[in-house]
Amino acid sequence: MADTGLRSPFIPNTTEDRAAMLAAVGAKSVEELFADIPAEHRHPHLALPEALDEMALRREMEALAARNLAPGASASFLGAGVYHHFCPAAVAPLVTRGEFLTSYTPYQPEVSQGTLQGSYEFQTLTAQLFGMEVSNAGMYDGASALAEAALMACRITGHARVAVTGTVNPRYVETVRAYSAPQGIEVYTVDASAPALEPETAALLAQYPNYLGVIEDAQTQSDAAHAAGALFCLSADPVAQALFKPAGDFGADIATGEGQALGVPPSYGGPYVGIFTCKREHIRQLPGRIVGRTTDAQGRTGYVLTLQPREQHIRRQHATSNICTSTALVGLWATIYMALMGKQGLRRVAELCYQKAHYAAARIGELPGYFLPVEGTFFQEFVVSCPAAPERVNRTLEASGIVGGMDVSDRVPHGMLVCVNETHTKADIDLLVDALKGVF
Amino acid sequence: MAEFPPLSAEALNERRLLMERSRPGRTGASLPACDVPQSPLPDAGLLRDDLDLPEVSEGEVVRYFTNLSQLNFSVDTNFYPLGSCTMKYNPKVNEAMAALPGFAGLHPHQPARQAQGALEVLHRLQSLLAEVTGMAATSLVPLAGAQGELAGVLTIRAALEARGQGHRRKMLIPDTAHGTNPATAAMCGFSVVSIPSTPEGNIDLDAVRAQADGDLAGVMFTQPTTLGLFDRNAVELCRIVHEAGGLVYGDGANMNALLGRAKMGPLGFDVVHLNLHKTFSTPHGGGGPGAGPICASAELAPFIPGPIAVRDGNGAYELAMPEHSIGRLGGAQGNFGVLIRAFTYISELGREGMLDISGNAVLNANYLKARLRALFDLPYERGVMHEVVFSARKRKGATALNISKRLLDNGFHAPTMYFPLVVPEALMIEPTETESKETLDAFIEVLERIDAEAAADPDFLAHAPHETPASRMNEAQAARRPVLRWSREEA
Amino acid sequence: MDLPADRRYSKEHEWALHQPDGTVLVGITEFAQHELGDVVYVELPKAGAQVAQFKQMGEVESVKAVSELYSPLSGEVVEVNTTLKDSPELVNESPYAKGWLVRVKPANPAELDALMDAAAYASLTA
Repeated sequence: MADTGLRSPFIPNTTEDRAAMLAAVGAKSVEELFADIPAEHRHPHLALPEALDEMALRREMEALAARNLAPGASASFLGAGVYHHFCPAAVAPLVTRGEFLTSYTPYQPEVSQGTLQGSYEFQTLTAQLFGMEVSNAGMYDGASALAEAALMACRITGHARVAVTGTVNPRYVETVRAYSAPQGIEVYTVDASAPALEPETAALLAQYPNYLGVIEDAQTQSDAAHAAGALFCLSADPVAQALFKPAGDFGADIATGEGQALGVPPSYGGPYVGIFTCKREHIRQLPGRIVGRTTDAQGRTGYVLTLQPREQHIRRQHATSNICTSTALVGLWATIYMALMGKQGLRRVAELCYQKAHYAAARIGELPGYFLPVEGTFFQEFVVSCPAAPERVNRTLEASGIVGGMDVSDRVPHGMLVCVNETHTKADIDLLVDALKGVF
Repeated sequence: MAEFPPLSAEALNERRLLMERSRPGRTGASLPACDVPQSPLPDAGLLRDDLDLPEVSEGEVVRYFTNLSQLNFSVDTNFYPLGSCTMKYNPKVNEAMAALPGFAGLHPHQPARQAQGALEVLHRLQSLLAEVTGMAATSLVPLAGAQGELAGVLTIRAALEARGQGHRRKMLIPDTAHGTNPATAAMCGFSVVSIPSTPEGNIDLDAVRAQADGDLAGVMFTQPTTLGLFDRNAVELCRIVHEAGGLVYGDGANMNALLGRAKMGPLGFDVVHLNLHKTFSTPHGGGGPGAGPICASAELAPFIPGPIAVRDGNGAYELAMPEHSIGRLGGAQGNFGVLIRAFTYISELGREGMLDISGNAVLNANYLKARLRALFDLPYERGVMHEVVFSARKRKGATALNISKRLLDNGFHAPTMYFPLVVPEALMIEPTETESKETLDAFIEVLERIDAEAAADPDFLAHAPHETPASRMNEAQAARRPVLRWSREEA
Repeated sequence: MDLPADRRYSKEHEWALHQPDGTVLVGITEFAQHELGDVVYVELPKAGAQVAQFKQMGEVESVKAVSELYSPLSGEVVEVNTTLKDSPELVNESPYAKGWLVRVKPANPAELDALMDAAAYASLTA
């Protein structure tokens, strides 16, 4: 290795250190330590850029960030599964504390009680928010959580067929299919309002509110699943459940969700956290990490990873999943968000979402050329049928610095899925309405 | 055994749960009044009756979680030589870059023209990782290492089907492998065949040859192995598997040793996953988030999960699904916030920096091996890569567990214990390149002191740790009668 | 190590004890419970299930391991020790009595002759 001393601020060994260590090892050079690599494969050409100093790096990254249109929540009306919500300033400094940020999975509970108690709080608060009996410590995201729910339902029932309503987020359905196909699990689509299940179906998968923002009759779905001997798996929005009945009220056997909605930045797709809750009778079929309460040798309350024989590091090919992460840090973000919002605050947020969205829908529905083609109660999202292709409408909005809604014209002619919530003031909404008017 | 002082009321108070701190009427959030004309709420039958969440003030929340954080060991506070986890220092500038509003505030479903900067980061990171691994294409989609494994093995499955070989079912996995490997193979519909290791710690090629038939789908192989060794049989392993019509999956968990030293593609791997939270220094977060991109050969590239970033003839970036993609594995295009950190890390280190990482990581591990071999059995008498696996079996009265717990008392995180399974009383130590010689020397000194304690007072060791925020936990109690959440009934 | 002479033993560390009513009680040995460590969960066949000699009939979990349970004889499970659901520690505390696993109506009582007596089992685990 060409010795360049203090090249990296992250590598402390000096030339002298290396010399002393090589002497202890009995090697002449660092290169000698790589002698097991076949000579013809050793030290290949590596076409990477030269190192950047921190100032140059910042300049480059800030320039890249500036090439994105990220006007903030107030000027964005895009949702479709990922939501800009207001997040109190207290969350980020706590989550980014090095003690949380740079620890590993809590295998040594004696020195990991911070992470473990944080996950126990997450399990408590998500279970309560979803009205479910138990929760695990977290999954990757909402889509993969629903896919794991489908696999879990197949393990529990012994069946290899899963029904999905036609109104589940299409990206979630694709994820369910990618996880199911290799295990020979058949995925078929059913009508959301009157699901007709085939025999030997393991689960009915539904979404609440559905992909187009509508609160569906989850009780009818749940009853249909149970009448057919299937489990009912509901992918539910966490914030919506602060206002509308939670998943547990419908007898959901497994309820999952995208934890991003709990104040986590959209960050172009992640990291998020998947929420995974279920009935207590199914805990030994849960995928992922689970934290449980116990006592230490002094009789003090403490927390540990538990029910570990379900997991890959013990049961290997017979594990309930290969997942190892609980996405603990994002789970902690969601936990602190729920703690700060609390009983009154989260309900207030949900009511504001409802009120702002309904105001916006009424205003847009009055505009010439626009109408609301989808019936049903909605929470913070609704479909607008536009006078032009949504793609064109969004370009017009962009000219005003506004990020428009999701193009759902593949489902609804000229359909745009608009999200309006607590982050929007009346003035923000009025600006959107004015900009939409300008499409003509 | 040391006596603990009785816990002060304040200390007990510190551990109370949020629901136990809750007082009606408190809140931790400042929210606006409604500024739009009110619409009637829907029928009460659709609405929630009661929301059972805590009521606590902002100051209480901040103090609670700040105090909780201080019960943790972390890389920022402690040496964390946890083998196979690559607990290196996580540069702070990476955090700052991921938090830039232009990145953190970007919605994943915005049109490509509004996300050119983010897409350029994805595209450039895809190229950087393909170059580091010597592969043709990268998917940044997988959300963690285990999902990277899932993506890689599903890609192999799809490629075999495209060859008309979809009937192949056997996946070979060395007995030293992480548990995720067999769990992943099973999730992908393969049957697992365990392959033993030779006395030198390489994969047993005779056992591989015995399985090299028309039912062989492939092998999942970690290089360097979990024994911390560069497997000298691996090139031949790849040749045998390819000749039999199978494909080779590379578990990149230990890539830190190989940066700039060898490329996985030329070594014979068809697809490999990388743990950005290990090799490329994104923080572990107490168990995630991670990111587990996969890099694939030209033959396998059309099958990798999407969407991935592509560049059109005009230099504009967009997201696209690979031609025969296995599909989506999540709701968006990967853990972008984690990918940003890895991208900035590679940019900071550059080409020479990659060699500095692997060189110093391997030197540090070999230094620990040389200095600690007087204390422990060394199961394989050869140079190690980024980590060293010892056996504690010759220490009378000092199990790997007890030594590890006593390390905690001395401010060092425990090594990985009892893994890999082929080494009895295994202690797997990975120092990484970001630790100084002084830290390693202090660690060695503490292990020597523990060794002396083991001889003098084995019972003291058996009850360690004595000075940590919590003592040994009753894990049997937790598993026998699982209490997985606070509940009002119980409280 | 405690090894009652009134029953037969399998090399998979299960015991089988004839009952006056013709059924056979099945459990795991002191040696097995010691090797497993703290038992936290036992998964057993349901009453009415058929089990086959030396074939898997369930699983026993300790904190960080899982082991398969093999039936020492063939027959129909007529009763399951339901107290283990809430108190799996009985397998550790009382492997030969309160920690029994299942009661089996033997399909072929002669099968028990293929098992070891206490002395033979003792030499196996010595």
